[in-house]
Parts: sequence; structure tokens; C-alpha cells
Amino acid sequence: MKEQVNKQHLFWRAGFGANPHQLREAEHQSVRKVVRALFTDSRDFVPLTVADGDQPAKKELKGLFKEGKLDRDTLKDRIRENRESIRDLNVQWMQQMASGRGALREKMALFWHGHFACRNQNNVGMVQQYVNLLREHALGNFGDLLMAVSKSPAMLQFLNNQQNRKNAPNENFAREVMELFTLGRANYTEHDIKEAARAFTGWGFNPQGEFVFRRNVHDEGEKTVFGKAGAFQGEDIIRLLLERKETATFVTTKLYRFLVTDEITDNLTDHQRITQLSDQFYRSNYDIANLLETIFTSDWFYDPKYVGARIKSPVELLAGMQHSLGIQFEQKQPVLYVQRTLGQVLLYPPNVAGWPGGRNWIDSSSLLFRMKLPDLILKAGEVTVKPKDDGDVNTELLARKVNRLFASQVDWTNFENAFRKVSEERLVDELALYFLPQPLTAPQRTLLLSKVTKERLRSEKIRNLTTAILSLPEYQLC
Amino acid sequence: MKRRDFVRNSALGTVGTLLIPHFLKAYETHSLTGGPSAGKTLVIVQLSGGNDGLNTVVPFRNDIYYRERPTIGIAPDKVLKLNDEIGFNPALEALKGLYDDGLVTVVNNVGYPNPDRSHFRSMDIWQTASDSDKYLTTGWLGRYLDANCHGSDCVAHRAIEVDDTLSLALKGQELNGLALLDPKKLYNQTRSGLVTELAHLKPDARLAAANPNISYLYKTLAETASSAEFIYDKSKVNRSQTVYPASELGNRLKTVSELITSGVNTNVYYISISGFDTHINQPGQQERLLRQYAEAVAAFTKDLKSTGKLNDVLLMTFSEFGRRVKQNASNGTDHGTANNLFLIGGGLTPGKVFNEAPNLTNLDEGNLKYSVDFRSIYATLLRDWLKVDDVAVLGRKFETLSFV
Repeated sequence: MKEQVNKQHLFWRAGFGANPHQLREAEHQSVRKVVRALFTDSRDFVPLTVADGDQPAKKELKGLFKEGKLDRDTLKDRIRENRESIRDLNVQWMQQMASGRGALREKMALFWHGHFACRNQNNVGMVQQYVNLLREHALGNFGDLLMAVSKSPAMLQFLNNQQNRKNAPNENFAREVMELFTLGRANYTEHDIKEAARAFTGWGFNPQGEFVFRRNVHDEGEKTVFGKAGAFQGEDIIRLLLERKETATFVTTKLYRFLVTDEITDNLTDHQRITQLSDQFYRSNYDIANLLETIFTSDWFYDPKYVGARIKSPVELLAGMQHSLGIQFEQKQPVLYVQRTLGQVLLYPPNVAGWPGGRNWIDSSSLLFRMKLPDLILKAGEVTVKPKDDGDVNTELLARKVNRLFASQVDWTNFENAFRKVSEERLVDELALYFLPQPLTAPQRTLLLSKVTKERLRSEKIRNLTTAILSLPEYQLC
Repeated sequence: MKRRDFVRNSALGTVGTLLIPHFLKAYETHSLTGGPSAGKTLVIVQLSGGNDGLNTVVPFRNDIYYRERPTIGIAPDKVLKLNDEIGFNPALEALKGLYDDGLVTVVNNVGYPNPDRSHFRSMDIWQTASDSDKYLTTGWLGRYLDANCHGSDCVAHRAIEVDDTLSLALKGQELNGLALLDPKKLYNQTRSGLVTELAHLKPDARLAAANPNISYLYKTLAETASSAEFIYDKSKVNRSQTVYPASELGNRLKTVSELITSGVNTNVYYISISGFDTHINQPGQQERLLRQYAEAVAAFTKDLKSTGKLNDVLLMTFSEFGRRVKQNASNGTDHGTANNLFLIGGGLTPGKVFNEAPNLTNLDEGNLKYSVDFRSIYATLLRDWLKVDDVAVLGRKFETLSFV
């Protein structure tokens, strides 16, 4: 049992949980072997594609409109198509997460999406390029990832670097790259930001959505950053940031919160461990896979106090549920509806600081909705909750109402098959052991059994017990 | 014992002791004694999308206004004049009645330094009361709950959002507000599925001690169930006698009024309505929304008068930003910065236009400059209306204004 709990812990932290068959297979393998298999499964990177690169951006469209090459209705249609494509990209990414294939890569891409948080609603090409580079470098080298994100048109646009010019610097990108992407607060001065902003002048993008260095608006003068002087360009600042040990510490700490526990208290062990891991990360020249492997193969990672200690984010919750039961939605809407109602819409993070996470996910209404969700998905329950309109006329399509919202296919046969050898007596316990990080308490067990007294067919019993177990507060944890 | 452990253990303790009978008893004795904010209620109506302030409160003597808005500017003879310079959009007729009764204060040019023109980010700034280059994960009303969380006052329903989901504004570090579209709906939600039984179930003590998130989830659930039942029981008694317009805002304000008269000891109500992102064909859409707004607020005010609560309730309306002075090519307006804001109620120093009209000659890249930081409004509402420590909530001192 302990082995099963540990392996499920690993699958949840390194992905979106295992389905019962994966879990059975991994149960008696060594941790090392399972971790290796996770990396092997994530070796290939396949880009998500909804845009063929030909979709013109909103700005371009408006230009065509002004020149009279486009009428108003076509303009509106095109802008809408762009936004719908971004929505499709969101759904495609969720499908990839829920599929269980390349789970570690997708899980880390989700982490980097929160770390390098970026919104752009007008240009699907840029958004697609951004999300794919997060996925491509998710397990690679942090330095490469940082450089790629910093040069991505989506981020340059989001943080106003297109407007960062010699004699009229815009410090937004320079500030966030230090505060949120690398060093963290208190590890740089306002002077460093000012000077770094000068070095990033001229970093921008062209209408085709490609990075360009516009030398004519670049400030070629000498800059002093972190006490070092030179006629720095953007690349030099990225290099200087990576040379700073604080960058390794900042990123490692954030990763530790994501993979191990979001409650880092005054606990000395956590701090010592983070220091050791940061040292390793720094020495390895920011090798992400190497850091992950150390964490997943350490004995302390399986300490019972970490098992089930994290609150699943809405995306983790939904992707995990889909993966466990092989759920396929007939429409795109339910995926977006759940994300909106619970406050985590992929490709629409709240701001450049990403989702706060942890207990921020939970309030009275989100908890009630999370507990209702299994009923909506598995029993076609009545949808009564309406997510808030964020006021932006352009995101309204995310909120569109759809009948039979949760119409879905659940692969019950395959799921039930995994429990065929379990005795009637042990059924509730084995299901709970599979879905929950902790065994049921006696009152919970009694409560669950009291809900399945009438079911005559075993499959009916499995379905009803599963729906009930997924409604427990403990299922919100991983 | 470390403070953190102490907090953790006591949080755990409450899971068992917060069961309904006890909880209600504590509640009822408390409502007699009162506490900070006793008796005063703040209602916030958020207009999502960026309401065009210049066509809401129109500078009808200003040539620049008419020059920059050739097709959507509102003619002087249509404007409902408040003074020699500015007047309401004609769709705000019902609000003009309240203004004439001294119940409305208009504050012009409200904003913040380095304004952000993204809906989401600017709303974030308004809801968290942060500087525009800082990112806070708690809202100002959530921190109001945190700072005034003592004994039986420490309940989610001190701040209620009339909606299905909870806004960041009402999320605190220790305590979150409660979202409910109507008391019965929330009550039914807590009576369905396994919720009722689970709300009474204690998590395994040993596991919960090792895993604070388990106790947090069960505590949230138990409190939600008890708040839902308490509010539902109380609110059943009172049905408003006033006729409200059948709009979304009308329905929600009616719910607020019924909760106020039922004595649930809630100090803050939050409502948001949307549709104000008027890039295209603005006039018809904005007028429809403003009319709905004014009629709902007028009904609410009439209702409060009839229940004798008018002097104890203050309604504040804001939007995340105003819109650019110059209209666009589609008979609409694009995202702007500073905006006007309304305060409505009987407890104001007689309602009026609080400050100078917007200056259309001194713009920042085509946008209005702010002269009143919105956090000064918050500080005043906290200190002078709700009678709590504004600095504890806002993190620093902002000038308070003399509108209460």
C-alpha cells in the first residue's frame, strides 16, 4: 500500500496522476526506474498547432481595415477568429495534459507558464509560439528558456518592450525579468533596472511575429548593472542575471513550492534542502531535468508530510480527473467553463506574477463547486453556477452558455477492469486508495457506503462510489 | 509553541467547535453588543469593462469634449445639469432625482499613478489596492476581514459578494468573504450531495495536524455550511416591499436590501455588472446600462428609506478605468485612465460634486490625469464609515476625504 501511495504521489507531482493501469505497473518498480520512464515518456517535444502562422494580428487587421482592404464585418470576424484560436490552443493543451502522454513535460510547462506568466489576446501566432517554447524548454536549460521567453514577441508585447527605445526607455520588462523571472525582490536596485532597461532597448518584434533587434532605437552607451560596466545589450543582461546565485535560489524555491510543499515555514530542513538544491542547480548551469531528478529520487520527497500536502490547481484537478477516468468532453466549453469558474484560465494568467496558488484557490464558492464537479462530469448534473464576466468584451466567448455543457464520454469499462479482482468488501477502500492521498477515515467510509446501498450492479456501485470519493475535500489535495 | 503552530492548532480546534448551535448562539449575543463597523454597511457596485466617465458625467461646457467626440458627444440641452460645468447622461434620470435630494456625491478624476489600460490588470489594482507595479494576492476587503477578525466577528459573511464566485477584492490572508447569488441557492448547494454530512465530519486528527490544508478545507466547508444556514434562516423572514427593476443589478440590490433588514451583521456587500467595454457603437449600449444602473439604485435607495436604513448604508460605484477623451472610428471609445466615481447614501455630508471637473487640456497621451487616488476613497470608507484602521488594511496612510 505504501508503494502505491508513494508512486501516486510521484505521478501527481510530476504530472497529473496515473490511471489505475499505469499505477499498477509502476507499483513494484523502483522509484529510479519510474522516474526514468517519466523522462523517457517526455523526451519528445511536439508543438501544439492551431495557427499556421498566416493569421494576421489584430493590429495588422486594423491597418488593412483603415486602408479599405477589409470591411468592418470581416475585420470583426477575423479578430474573433484569432481569439477563438487562442481558446482552441487552451483546449488542445488541456487535452495534452489530460492524455497522460509526456506528463512531466506538460506539468513543467504549466509551472513555467505561471512563472513566465503572459497574456496576449490578439495574436494567436505569438501565443502559440510562447506556449510551445515553454513546452520545448520545460525540461531543458533554464538559461535557454529565459532567453527564449525574453525574446518571444508575446512577452515583449505584454511587458511593453516594443516601446522601449533609446531616450524613451520603458522599464517594464527590465523590472519584471529581475523581480519575477530571476532574482526576486530585494536582490537588485532601481538603478539596476534603469540601466538594464537601456540594454533592452531595441528588442522587439516584426509584424510576422518574429524577434527583431532594432539597432536604430538601441541605446549603445555604457550601462552599469550589478556593479559591472559595459556597453551591454539584452543578451548581456540575461547572462549577468544567470551569473547571480540568487537566480538559482529564487527559481529553485519556487519549484520546491510547486513540487514538494507550498507551506515553506521556518522549518530549517526545507531551507537547508532548498540551499542544497539551488547549489546543484547553479553548478549544473541551470539543468532543469537534473534538478527534477534529484528531487523525485530523494527519500525526503516521499515523507508522508508532503504526500497530499498541496492543493490542486483547477487545471491539475480537471486534467487529473480526466486522465484517471479517460474522460473526453464532446465540446470545448466544459474545459473553459471549469477554468473560468475556478479561476485558472490557461493563457490568461491574472498578471505577470502568475497564479498565487495554494490556499488562494479555495474559498466557500470554489470549494462547493469543486465538490460538485464530479457530479457535473460523471452524472450530467445540473449546472447552476455562472462564472463572472470580466468586463472585457473580447473574452465573452469564453463564457458562452451551452446546453448539455458537460456531455462527455467516460471510459468506465477500462477503469472498472482495473478493479475487477478487488473484493466487494474492499472496493471502497481500494477506490479511495487510488484517488486520495490518504486512506478513508472510519466515518468517511461509513458515509460513502451509506450512499451505495441500493446499487445492485457492481459497475453502478463503482461509478457512484467514484463520484462520491471525488467529491471529498481530500480529493482537492495531491 | 510557535505562533504558526498555535494558529494551526486553534484553526483545527474550530472545526469541531464551529458546529451550528454554538456558533449561532455566539452570533446572536454578539449582534447586541456590536463591534467595529457596527450598524454601518458599505455596498460596492463594480462596473466591469471600463465605463466611459465622460459620457456618464458630461462636461457640457467644454469645447474640447465636443470636438473630440463629434458623433457620440451628448448635446448640452440633453444633459441633466449638476452645476455650471457638468451634468449626468440623460439615462441617469433616476440618479439625478437622488442627487437633487442630496444623496449622491460625484468624485471626479479618480485614478492611480502609472495607470494600466488592461481590464484585468487595472481591475486587479482596484481590487487589491496595490501600486501599479506591485502584485498582491489579497483584496482590500479581504484584508478588512483579516484586520477585524476577532472571535465571533471572524466569519466569512461579514463581507458578501452577491454572485456565484468570489472576487479577489474579498479574499484575505486568513479569511475570505462569502459569495452567494441568493441565500436559498447557497443553502441548497450546501444541502446537496455529501456537503452537509462532510461539513459535520471531522478530518482525521492526526492527518489534519500533519497536513494543515486538510483542516483548512474542512474548516472552510464547515463555515460555509453554517454561514449558509444562518443567512438563509435569517433572510427568510424579510421580503422587500419595494418594486425593483427586473435587471440583474436590480435583483442583486434587492437581495442586499433583504439581507440588511434581516440583521445578518454583514458590513460589506459587493456586486459587479459588466458590459461597459464599449469600443463599438457606444451610445445605445451605455445608455441602456446606465439606465438600468440608475433605476436599480433608485429602487434600492427608496427601499432603504422605507426600512429606515438609508443613513446607515453607503453605496460606492466605480469602474476599473475611464475611456480616452477622443472617440474612435467605430462610434465607441478605447481604454483610458482616470474616471469619476459615485457615492450614494443618506450618511454623506450633503451630496454634491466633490471636486473639480476633468481637465481636457492637460492630458497624458490623450488620457485624463488623476487627482484623487482611489485608495484615498478606500481609506475614507474604512476609517470614517466602517470605523476601522485604514492603515492596517491599505498598508500605508492615504489622505482621507471629507465626504462622510
